[in-house]
Amino acid sequence: MTLIVPLIVLLLIGVFHLVSGIATPTVEAMSIGYVDELGGFEQYTSQGNITLVRFDTQSGATEALVKGDIKEYFVIPPDYISAGAINRYTLEKQLAASPAITEAINNFLLGNLLAGKVPAATIARIEAPLNLVTTRLTETGEVAPEQGGYGNLIIPFVFGVLLALSIIFSSTYLLQGLADEKENRLIEILLSSVSARQLLTGKVLGMGAAGLVQVAVWVISAPLLLNLASSSIGGFISTIRLPANFVVLAIVYFILGYLLFAVISAAIGAISSSSREGQQLIGVFTLPALIPLWFTSLLMFFPGNPVWVFFTIFPLSSPVEVIMRLGVSVIPAWQLVVSIAVLVLSVIGILLLTIRVFRTYLLMYGKRPGIGEIIQGLRSG
Amino acid sequence: MPAVEVSHIVKSFADKVVVDDLSFSVAQGEIFGLIGPNGAGKTTTIRMMMDIIKPDSGDVTILGEQLSESTKNKLGYLPEERGLYKKLRVLDSIIYLASLKGMDRRSAEEKANGLLNQTGMLPHKGKKIEELSRGMGQIIQFIVSVIHNPELVVLDEPFAGLDPVNVELLKGMLFDLKNQGKALILSTHQMNEIEELCDRILMINHGRSVLYGNLAEIKSRYRSNSVLLEFEGEMGEVPGVAEKRTHKGHVELVLDGNATPQQILERLVSQRVVINRFEIATPPLNEIFLRVVGTAHE
Repeated sequence: MTLIVPLIVLLLIGVFHLVSGIATPTVEAMSIGYVDELGGFEQYTSQGNITLVRFDTQSGATEALVKGDIKEYFVIPPDYISAGAINRYTLEKQLAASPAITEAINNFLLGNLLAGKVPAATIARIEAPLNLVTTRLTETGEVAPEQGGYGNLIIPFVFGVLLALSIIFSSTYLLQGLADEKENRLIEILLSSVSARQLLTGKVLGMGAAGLVQVAVWVISAPLLLNLASSSIGGFISTIRLPANFVVLAIVYFILGYLLFAVISAAIGAISSSSREGQQLIGVFTLPALIPLWFTSLLMFFPGNPVWVFFTIFPLSSPVEVIMRLGVSVIPAWQLVVSIAVLVLSVIGILLLTIRVFRTYLLMYGKRPGIGEIIQGLRSG
Repeated sequence: MPAVEVSHIVKSFADKVVVDDLSFSVAQGEIFGLIGPNGAGKTTTIRMMMDIIKPDSGDVTILGEQLSESTKNKLGYLPEERGLYKKLRVLDSIIYLASLKGMDRRSAEEKANGLLNQTGMLPHKGKKIEELSRGMGQIIQFIVSVIHNPELVVLDEPFAGLDPVNVELLKGMLFDLKNQGKALILSTHQMNEIEELCDRILMINHGRSVLYGNLAEIKSRYRSNSVLLEFEGEMGEVPGVAEKRTHKGHVELVLDGNATPQQILERLVSQRVVINRFEIATPPLNEIFLRVVGTAHE
């Protein structure tokens, strides 16, 4: 998965070029008819690629439509000014009129309604009154180096999804490995060679290292792929940016997220009697890691809601939540500090607790201890 | 200095005492038998010696050192229920597990090749563990338990699942280790193996020691007062023999309590009986086992 993800992106860029080379979208000139029962709609008949052709009667328009001279036609009824309704006639079965046609008709009506009353330039402005250009300023009033916008969102969201998936895959993998060692009794040989502390720490650090390698490959390949994509594809993709401090925080949270789920998997591997049972139990813990993904759209539209602060600090959801929030808004430093501290403490705490119960329950084959027994084990272990 | 000294270890699981105040020691260059019925606490005792679990109280010392992470490299263990990484190749499995015992890769590989050659497993070194037969897998596990030159090797049912050729091979290797001054602890239900290999034994039942000491001494302690005889010719009345039991191929003479086996032998010789075999009957360990465990059950 580590290498596959950048390769897939590379492949997608390639496929885009291939497809766009074959199927260059041709802008087709078309004619649509109209019947002006109200009167006065004579100008602005050329709207981009669409030409509006005037018919005196509806039957004439229908005839032209059936013959294929026009693609469709519409009727401006006498009561248009008061009622505002336009009747549209077409041969095609559609869900709705295409945006291009709607815009063409809209601008044609607007232009004719205002013709002579306001200057032509004003008419053009009325057609498209808003082109919002947002600039983010810093507290000192200067232009901030990091601007907002959807371009920021893409990479963190992709990384969030990838992190959540990686956490699930790798926890399952660790759990499976431990369950295998337990089921084929290899664990006894391992424990006669290394202590439970060494075995557990080794497994957890191994997972942490796997997380580090993965995020390093992705973080390094992301800007390169992005450059390639934006220079060759352009458009929206060229607005995609890696948010500042994203690289550092992504590395920190990938590693901490991996470590946290590694210690949880090890704890569950220790107490569960089979890998299947372990996988059911681990689901309870990996579910919160997915919560930030469910609420993606809420996060996009209400980034200031205090509920995100909770998910940022709650250790099971914080790795994915923080990475996704980075794309939407700025996370206050205190939240990051608290969240990293809680994660680190959780990793260490769970590791220490697990070491205490690990030995006893690893050797209890085929029997899962009850909660009471585990608590007893923690006290006496 | 004894290779292993176990003193007063106690272990209980959830209020059930599994090992109860057990003490014994194993000398260097000795094969020691650990026997007992199922559930007697053998595996728990072994796990405490291997530092897999800690005793609730009591001590285990290996060559005078307390068990710790560093003494683990002096231990070799062949657990009763065996397993290796199924997908890993034979040589890689051995090298990996040897590295956990502190060996570097090169010397582990060298030693592994030597042991594989000795056991006739060299042609299989590139195979995956799952491709091996059960007996072959066991040989590999045995190699894993001795490759790092441990001072103490504990073998739990080492002969189970081996064919007679491999049993002999393994026995030869055990004697080699013994001659190198290693301490070996053998836990098995096959009493004939214990009798053949072990110098001293410990029998435990319900977590307690019920028999401990030199095997020959124990057997003489349990011997019945009789001799076994194979002879040619006619045997008349022999003074001092209370009863004569005829078995297949031999005769058992039960002595009356006043005569010694030596006197009986002299009397037989004077009767001009041709003696092919004369043996003081000691019960097989199996019988002692049943007798001791049976008593404890009552």
